[in-house]
Amino acid sequence: MDQAFDLPGLYPVLPEIALVGGAMALLMLAAFGGARAAGASNWLAIVVLGLAAVLVVATGTGKYEAFAGSFVLDDFARFMKIVTLVGSAAAILLAQESVGDQARGQYEYSVLILLSTAGMMVMISAADLIALYLGLELMSLALYVIAASERDSLRSSEAGLKYFVLGALSSGMLLYGSSLVYGFSGTVGFAGIARALAGGDSGIGLTIGLVFIFAGLCFKVSAVPFHMWTPDVYEGAPTYVTAFFAAAPKVAAMAVFMRTATNAFAPIVVQWQQIIVFVAIASMALGAFAAIGQTNIKRLMAYSSIGHMGFALVGLSAATPEGLQGVAIYMAIYMAMTLGAFACILAMRRADGAVEQIADLAGLARRSPTVAFFLAMLLFSLAGIPPLAGFFAKFYVFLAAIKAGLYALAVIGVITSVIGAYYYLLIIKVMYFDEPAPAFEPMRGELRMVLGVSGLFVLLFFIYPRPVVEAAALAAKSLF
Amino acid sequence: MTLAALFFYGFASVCVASAFMVIAARNPVHSVLFLILAFVNAAGLFILAGAEFLAMILVVVYVGAVAVLFLFVVMMLDVDFAELRRGSLTYLPVGALVGVVLLVELVLALGSWVVTGGVTRNLAAPTPPLATLTNTEALGLVLYTRYVYFFQIAGIVLLVAMIGAIVLTLRHKPKVKRQIVADQVRRTKASAIEVRQVRPGQGL
Amino acid sequence: MNDLLQDYLPLAVFLGVAMAIGLALLVAPFVVAYRRPDPEKLSAYECGFNAFDDARMKFDVRFYLVAILFIIFDLEVSFLFPWAVAFGELGWFGFWSMMVFLAVLTVGFAYEWKKGALEWD
Repeated sequence: MDQAFDLPGLYPVLPEIALVGGAMALLMLAAFGGARAAGASNWLAIVVLGLAAVLVVATGTGKYEAFAGSFVLDDFARFMKIVTLVGSAAAILLAQESVGDQARGQYEYSVLILLSTAGMMVMISAADLIALYLGLELMSLALYVIAASERDSLRSSEAGLKYFVLGALSSGMLLYGSSLVYGFSGTVGFAGIARALAGGDSGIGLTIGLVFIFAGLCFKVSAVPFHMWTPDVYEGAPTYVTAFFAAAPKVAAMAVFMRTATNAFAPIVVQWQQIIVFVAIASMALGAFAAIGQTNIKRLMAYSSIGHMGFALVGLSAATPEGLQGVAIYMAIYMAMTLGAFACILAMRRADGAVEQIADLAGLARRSPTVAFFLAMLLFSLAGIPPLAGFFAKFYVFLAAIKAGLYALAVIGVITSVIGAYYYLLIIKVMYFDEPAPAFEPMRGELRMVLGVSGLFVLLFFIYPRPVVEAAALAAKSLF
Repeated sequence: MTLAALFFYGFASVCVASAFMVIAARNPVHSVLFLILAFVNAAGLFILAGAEFLAMILVVVYVGAVAVLFLFVVMMLDVDFAELRRGSLTYLPVGALVGVVLLVELVLALGSWVVTGGVTRNLAAPTPPLATLTNTEALGLVLYTRYVYFFQIAGIVLLVAMIGAIVLTLRHKPKVKRQIVADQVRRTKASAIEVRQVRPGQGL
Repeated sequence: MNDLLQDYLPLAVFLGVAMAIGLALLVAPFVVAYRRPDPEKLSAYECGFNAFDDARMKFDVRFYLVAILFIIFDLEVSFLFPWAVAFGELGWFGFWSMMVFLAVLTVGFAYEWKKGALEWD
């Protein structure tokens, strides 16, 4: 009622507005424009994502706030938004033909990805609990739909339903925690919560609220006690959807996790640090051990992503600028590796349809040596073998953990990453030394593009890591 | 105030009893009806707490729409619910345990709750006293201006729900003839009728 | 607080009357009605046969679509109430913020219309 009647400065929110506006324009164009417009929708969606990225970059540096502090655009938000936008664009590229295959011309897929990405951007910029929740719901609601989008496939419907029910449960926990935090601090703004905590107004109530909020966020990044949906959803959803799930939403959820932990709950860092340490250890261990017995490569990727979230959380548990810089680098590299790996998984098609068993990769090196080489490099990188990018990702988070005095955590991290290397190497062994299985169909151009870019990124990261590392350092600094 | 207390206990006890019946009723349709009863009583509780707008929304949205949707779902699924839920009460101990844990947490949380000056000072938009401003108006004064960001995101969430519902459930039957009014109107004598000369004994 | 509850007095009276009438109609038959119970009176009757199977059957999923679209617009309308009540004091910004909200949902409406979600077949 006071000052808010004039138009708030919309300048920092322009990327979000562009995304939502673009999504709606695309929806209308595709619905009314006939088959040709619908066919071009994937490319148009990528253009919209690119436009949003340009707008994010165009805001330069520095910190902007909008809507009475609910929305904050700082270097951290910029870094994470760019990574997310790249992930979404790559996911659309990966989907390109698979969606077209279904003849129904599912332009809704790209529209939903755009809207979901808008939700992620809201999350990344969220500086209060309401914005956090709304962004999370906007993202998740679209994800539930695209998980179930292959309606005639029983597994896809099951994946969507499972994801929806468990996701609703986690949203409930997040809301319950938020209400407790609001009740005990009297505010939903992160800055206000931090003030209330620092002022000693807290008590057990705020801690319980914190635990519930973290539980909800752990669900979204699929960290261990709340990971159970991941393998089933990854396996059941159409592969191009799984590729999207594994990339951008994870980055956004991790980003909001980092901002909540460091901005809102900074004064009680000792309390949340132990939660994160536990979650990180459990995720790393489960990711390492549970993946060993898998025969389905999508399930394997699910456990692999659980493990990687554990490694990223190691950086968060350090709760220092170095640690958060490590997480930012980790998420960027993780996304590149995952998208490349999924480009290969999507290429696993024979004339009679897609296959997803690890055994189907047998002898890939003799059938298509280039793809096998790139996939092997990506797997080495996922395992964290130097000098590939994945090694640096792990290096930065472990280094931060050691600097913060979390020696045990770092040691456990190294041990689990060695155990985890076993199953990645197993796939490489299957590709290079087993008797060839029947050949796949030739790889589509878009898949080659994604695979090539991510493969080169992973291979050559060590030559010139500075841009990513420095951007991540700036990003982490802006959180403190 | 005793009258208010009387109403409170009335609403609360009916609410809890009907909530129990939701899970205990043998017939799923009865479950939904008990759910509606629980909603209405919760609306009564909201009014007693001074939250008129919430009470109204609860009736309009939950009783009016969500419960109807539940009824549809219950009728739509060809599931023998009586069979399915036989022994659903055997999960009662586990459920009760979860409930007790949550309750203990609530008690712990509320027990330590001292409303210090700090908390109320933090409030961004404190509820104005009911005597000066109704709930609904107080909400309207901030929702569309100060909280416009949240309001618009809510609109986008609704848009996603709309697209999602259509993507997941809309399935047109093939070979259904639809009326296209524009085509009917556009039809003229020239495009609809063709005059042919038919010669005797030859046919067309 | 009590003033507020005073406002709801008619509603309370209404509830009381409704309950009294309802209970009276429920109880009265037990007292006055002529009763001769027979199991056959309760059995399903289907053209002289016993019922073949359960009365429960699959409803078309389209009912669900209609219901969920109804809920969405119901929620949209519920956002209009506070807006209407506070309209006089909201000014142009409040007006346009609602217009944007409605525009977003109108896009959704146009989409579902074009997709044929509002047609039955």
